[in-house]
Amino acid sequence: MNCKKVILELTSYLDGVLDSSMRIDLEEHLARCTDCRIVVDTTRKTIQIFCNSDPVPLPQDVRERLHSALLERFRRNSKTI
Amino acid sequence: MVLCQISADGRIPPPLGAPRRLSATDPKPLTSTVVRDDESALVSAAKAGDAAAFEELVNRYERKIFRLTMNITQNREDAEDSMQEAFLKSFTNLDRFQGDSRFYTWLVRIAVNEALMKLRKRRPNQVSLDEPLNDKDGEDSVFREIVDWGPSPEKKFAQTELNEILNSVIGELDPIFRVVFLLRDVEGVSTEETAQILDISVAAVKSRLLRARLKLRQKLNKYFRRSEAQ
Repeated sequence: MNCKKVILELTSYLDGVLDSSMRIDLEEHLARCTDCRIVVDTTRKTIQIFCNSDPVPLPQDVRERLHSALLERFRRNSKTI
Repeated sequence: MVLCQISADGRIPPPLGAPRRLSATDPKPLTSTVVRDDESALVSAAKAGDAAAFEELVNRYERKIFRLTMNITQNREDAEDSMQEAFLKSFTNLDRFQGDSRFYTWLVRIAVNEALMKLRKRRPNQVSLDEPLNDKDGEDSVFREIVDWGPSPEKKFAQTELNEILNSVIGELDPIFRVVFLLRDVEGVSTEETAQILDISVAAVKSRLLRARLKLRQKLNKYFRRSEAQ
């Protein structure tokens, strides 16, 4: 496997959906290619950092306006039935 | 290999003590007899006119939908409008939901469309879900800059600063890539569901996800570069 192929298979490899023979080839390449190892490692960290980041909070005023709008829609809907 | 710790059913548990009020003027929460964990039963009840069941669905997904619309639009007002419109439209059009997909997938599809519409209004010439013709930052550019980050690069920053960096780099990403990355890697939606939501092929999702991940990694290089002391 060459460096270009590693990049093409990177997403499948990180998602754990690469078939086993391809995964073994890829990992053999990583064992001897520092550049690819860094790319794989930093791409994996990119995903993890976003995954572990603080979720955007739902502000209370935004939530209250949402539920008021829904309540209004429920009421309007029940009148038309 | 599981990279993200978001649960498979896409749920974020509400924070302890989170208010369940329906509105400031109507503090009494609706109560449904439907078991909370059963999404399809909640949808069926809501279809039959049980407003409380629909409210349960809203309670379940409002945080995730707001996070998604906020991340797509990068603007609080647009995020709120898109979220509200998505829930109102899903309620109004509930009869059209056939149950071929999860309710959440259907809701996300509506929310993504609403958020992209808002984005198009603000940046009319910049938002397209078509493949860019001249994308020079794809796979070929990966080896232009090889930067080692060290073991825990995010720990170099305080949480607030880190959040600002992540918001900034995701905001720089072309919407075509941003949406795929958000659905797959932040919201934990499957490749197949992402394809369904965006009405594109599974191959296109995979290709865009690869490019999104590589672009974000490249943008983060300047912040997470391993220092001499590491």
